[in-house]
Amino acid sequence: MNFRIISALVMRYLFLYARSPMRLVELAFWPVVDLVVWGNVTVFIQKNTTPEFGSYVLFFLGGMILWDIMFRAQQGVAISFLEDVWTRNLLNIFVAPVRSSEYISATFIVGMLRILITAVVLSFISWFGYAFNIFQLSWWLIPFFLNLMLFGWSLGMISTALILRWGLAAESLAWAIPFFFQPVVAVFYRVEDMPAWARPIAWCFPPTYIFEGMRSVMKSGTMNWDYLGYAAGLNILYLALAGWLFVWVLNLTRKRGLLTKFATQ
Amino acid sequence: MSAEPLDTREVILEAIDLTREFDGVKALDRFSFKLHRGEVLGLLGANGAGKTTAMNCLLGLTLPTSGELNAFGLPLQANRIKILQRANFSSAYTALPGNLLVWQNLLVFARIYGVPNPKKKIAELMEMLEISHLSKSVTGQLSAGESTRVNLVKAFLNDPELLMLDEPTASLDPDIADKVRKVVRKVQRERNVAILYTSHNMRDIEEVCDRVIFLHKGKIVCQGTPADIVAQSSSDNLEDVFIKIARDGELLDEPKKESAV
Ligand SMILES: Nc1ncnc2c1ncn2[C@@H]1O[C@H](COP(=O)(O)OP(=O)(O)O)[C@@H](O)[C@H]1O
Ligand SMILES: [Mg+2]
Repeated sequence: MNFRIISALVMRYLFLYARSPMRLVELAFWPVVDLVVWGNVTVFIQKNTTPEFGSYVLFFLGGMILWDIMFRAQQGVAISFLEDVWTRNLLNIFVAPVRSSEYISATFIVGMLRILITAVVLSFISWFGYAFNIFQLSWWLIPFFLNLMLFGWSLGMISTALILRWGLAAESLAWAIPFFFQPVVAVFYRVEDMPAWARPIAWCFPPTYIFEGMRSVMKSGTMNWDYLGYAAGLNILYLALAGWLFVWVLNLTRKRGLLTKFATQ
Repeated sequence: MSAEPLDTREVILEAIDLTREFDGVKALDRFSFKLHRGEVLGLLGANGAGKTTAMNCLLGLTLPTSGELNAFGLPLQANRIKILQRANFSSAYTALPGNLLVWQNLLVFARIYGVPNPKKKIAELMEMLEISHLSKSVTGQLSAGESTRVNLVKAFLNDPELLMLDEPTASLDPDIADKVRKVVRKVQRERNVAILYTSHNMRDIEEVCDRVIFLHKGKIVCQGTPADIVAQSSSDNLEDVFIKIARDGELLDEPKKESAV
């Protein structure tokens, strides 16, 4: 053991952190997300002291499975893109007669395939392991899945745009972006359990309507149809915004000559 | 070299006053040239001279700051997809996904380019580049020489009329580099492909290029056939011309100019 060598290696990591602020941000980001989510869950449990609360616990499993659907859709888009970056293949794609819309559509389909696998695995395990039957949501599952997938696609496009703009330094955003939303879209607790100031924010995002809907269906077998309408409408809005952002960033990257720098790095 | 004179041949690619600035520095400065059907044009110049920037502009990856670019008689930006369908590109600095098998990668690109009968086409090209045995290899585990040739198979898949090769022989041993040159020459002759070629290997340039353009800090220093350029200069060979231009930014030395007066 030589202290000089150890200190040189530590120095190397410190240089790395200093050069990529993203890593420092992450250091704070994940614990904060965890704290906020679990803090709100605690509030939710403390507020509900009724006897039938035991059955509410299943909401957590439903929330977790549906959350993962959205996360996988986002990952399908963002990771497919990163895969081309990691393998230095991006340039080959961009010099082939491939339209941005075709490229994005392909990543959407990968997102959809990833969801199918996740959904099947999770529903089996939760059924056998925890007697939780996701199919108790019956036909509601279809609009729930579709809406969460659409929002996942939007988030995936936003992640891709940010990575295109800031290069691999922004790579961790591919994982982090969905979790920016996790505390505010009422995955594990109701909107009414959130602090009052956060409630209007929650209603701005389509997943909130879906998670609220899920709890309502699990409790009473039905839900507010308006919620589905809001979710779908907002989803179309976000898809359009995310698509516009992606194309705008792609053009910007061409203008600045960043595309090639980062496609061959 | 084709017998037909250049000025009667179809212009495949044309740059007019192409300028590209990065942070106020001109990587390309009013760069103009024409590439004709079946011609191999070499872009030469020191590291940072602007060769890759020129190719990236020509591929639509980077937008020029000013200037005009046409391919097959069409403005490049507005017709990118149509043009890229008839062109292809290979560089020592890009790769096909390393985790896939060679045939999988090639099949994907064959489908993207809409190659009819892709399996047959891939087999033919692999045979021509003497890499048929690599079909089931993992792309990421190939040697530099092997992966260059796989990249070339990808570049030939759509029978491009316009091919851009950015340092295709970089990091190849002399034997493989020689094979690559011969294949490029062969494909070019058989299919009358227009090729834009960059290399730091003067042997490459002399053997492959009909005409070369020397760039220095984004500007054309001189152009002509490799033999013409050597004849115009005070050097005996292309390598010395290269070194001269890289250091001084011009073709002729002062002494020769003086003696000419
Ligand atoms: N994306 C970019 N951003 C900033 N500068 C760049 C970028 N791409 C190229 N350059 C600069 O442009 C000049 C020409 O580079 P390049 O075309 O790669 O040269 P070559 O291929 O001839 O070696 C260099 O000074 C390089 O640093
Ligand atoms: Mg270069």
